[in-house]
Amino acid sequence: MNRLGLGGWTVLLLAGIYFLVPLGMTVAFSLWEGGSRYGFASYRVLLGRPELPGSLLLSVELAVATAVALIVVLLPAMIFMNLYAPRMRPVFEFIAALPFVVPAIALVAGLSALFTGPEWLIGSPFYLVIPYFFLALPYAYRALDVGLRALDLTTLTEAGQSLGAGMGQIIRLVVFPNLRSALVGSLLLTLAVVIGEFTFANVLLFRTFAVFMNEIGQHEATEAAALSMVSFLITWGAMLGVLVVGRGRAPVGGGR
Amino acid sequence: MILAWFFIGLFIAVSAAFMLAPTVMLAIQSVVGDDGLTLEFIQSLGDYRYRVAFQNSLVLSVASATVGVIAGGLIAHAVLKPGAPGWLRATVTSFSAVAANFAGVPLAFAFISTLGSLGLLTQLLKGWGLDLYGNGFSLYSISGLTLVYSYFQVPLMVIIVTPAIEALRPAWREAADSLGANGSQYWRMVGLPVLAPSLLSGWILLFGSAFSAYATAYALTSGNIGLVTTEISNVLSGNVMASPQTGAALSVGMIVVMVGVLALSALLARRAARWMPHR
Repeated sequence: MNRLGLGGWTVLLLAGIYFLVPLGMTVAFSLWEGGSRYGFASYRVLLGRPELPGSLLLSVELAVATAVALIVVLLPAMIFMNLYAPRMRPVFEFIAALPFVVPAIALVAGLSALFTGPEWLIGSPFYLVIPYFFLALPYAYRALDVGLRALDLTTLTEAGQSLGAGMGQIIRLVVFPNLRSALVGSLLLTLAVVIGEFTFANVLLFRTFAVFMNEIGQHEATEAAALSMVSFLITWGAMLGVLVVGRGRAPVGGGR
Repeated sequence: MILAWFFIGLFIAVSAAFMLAPTVMLAIQSVVGDDGLTLEFIQSLGDYRYRVAFQNSLVLSVASATVGVIAGGLIAHAVLKPGAPGWLRATVTSFSAVAANFAGVPLAFAFISTLGSLGLLTQLLKGWGLDLYGNGFSLYSISGLTLVYSYFQVPLMVIIVTPAIEALRPAWREAADSLGANGSQYWRMVGLPVLAPSLLSGWILLFGSAFSAYATAYALTSGNIGLVTTEISNVLSGNVMASPQTGAALSVGMIVVMVGVLALSALLARRAARWMPHR
C-alpha cells in the first residue's frame, strides 16, 4: 500500500479533496429546500419546466447533425487524402489546427461579420452545425488520423480491389470496421461537447441546453446545482462510452 | 478518383468558406473604418478597459496552465509509479476524462454552489470561524477563476502527459541509480529533460484552452470581469458602446497571442531538440 510513497499519497489526497468537494457540495446544494429541509424539489421543478425538453432536444439534434457532418465531410476527405493525395496532408493539418488558433468567440465574431444572410441559413438553429463542425475538428481529426495511420490503407485497398471490390465496398467493409473505435470515440466526444456548448449558441441567440441552463442559473441557485449534476452525469455517460470503445484512452474535447 | 477529389475539395471548400474566410474578414474589419484604412481600432486595444482585459486573460491563462501542468504532472506521475495499484490508475484516468470535459456553464454553477458568496462550503467554513469573503477571497476574481479553471486544466494535463510518462523507461532510472544518482538528480538530469517537450506542448494546450474559454467565465461573472472573450461577446451582443470593428480588433489580438505562443513553443522545442539529437 505504501509503494506510492508519502509524496504520492499527499498529491492524490489533495487532488481528491479538490475534485470531490465541489461535486459533493453541489449535490448537497441541489437537494437543499431551504432551512434544514432536504429533498428532490429542485429536480422536480426542473423536470417540470416546459422549456427543458425543447432545449435538450435541440442540443441533441445539433450534436447528431454535427456527428453526421463529420462522417460525411471529414471522414471521406481524410480517407481519400491518405490514399491518393498524401501531399495534401500539410493543408489538412493546417485546417485542423486553425480552430485552436482562432478561439470560438473570435470565430463567431468573424462569422457574424461575414454572413448577414440568407435568413434560412443564419436564422435556423442548424446554422450552429457549421461552427460545431470546427469545434469538433481538431480532436476528431487527431483521432481519425491516428486510426488511419495505424492501417496500411494502400495495401488494404489493393487487396480489396484484387478481390474485385469497388471503392464503396472497400470503405464500407474494410476501412469503416477498422476505424470503428476511433470514429465512435470522437463521435461520443462530439456529442458531449455539443450538448454542453455555450459560446456560439449564446452569441448567436439560439436556446440550446447550455443557454437554458445559464438562464435558470442566474435566478434559481438550487436548480442550477441540479442542472450541473445532470450535466455531469451526461458527460460521465459519454466518457464511459469513449473509454470503453477507446480501450482506456481518455479523450479531450473543446468548448469551455 | 473523381469522387476522391470531390470529397477532398468539399472539405477544403467548407473550411475555406466558414473557417478561413471569417478569420480573414476579422483582419480586414479591424483595419477598415468608415473612410478607408485606419489603425484607430487596433490602437483602441491600448484603452484602459481592453488593456485590463488582455492582462486578466493572460494572467488567468498563464496561472491556470502552470497550475495544471504542475498538478497534472504530479498526479500522473504518482498513479503511474510501478507500484501503484491498478484500480487507482483506472479511477484517475476515467475521472480525468470526465472532469476535463466537464466545463463551461455546469462547472461554473458547481463552484457557485460550493464557494460562491452563499455557497455551502463558504457557509460551512464561516460556521467554523473562517470567513473567506471577509478575508479577501472571491470566486468572482482572477484568483477565483484560476481555481475554477484548474478543475478542467489539471485533468486535461493528466490525459496529455500520461503517454509521455509511460514512455520513460525504467532502465533509465535504474541506470541513474546504479551510477549513484539520487531521486532529485535523476529528475533534474534525466526525467525532466526527456519530458520537457511534452510538458511544454501540454502547457501550450492548457494556455490555449484557458485563453479561449468563455462559457465558464461568463456564467460565473455574467461578463463583469473583463476578459478578452467576455469583452468580445459584450461588443457582439451590443452590451457596450463599441463598434463591431473593436470586436474584430480584439479577436485579431487573441489570434496574434495564440500564434505568438505557438511560435514561441516551436522555438523552444527546437532549442530543446538541439540538446537531444536522438529525438
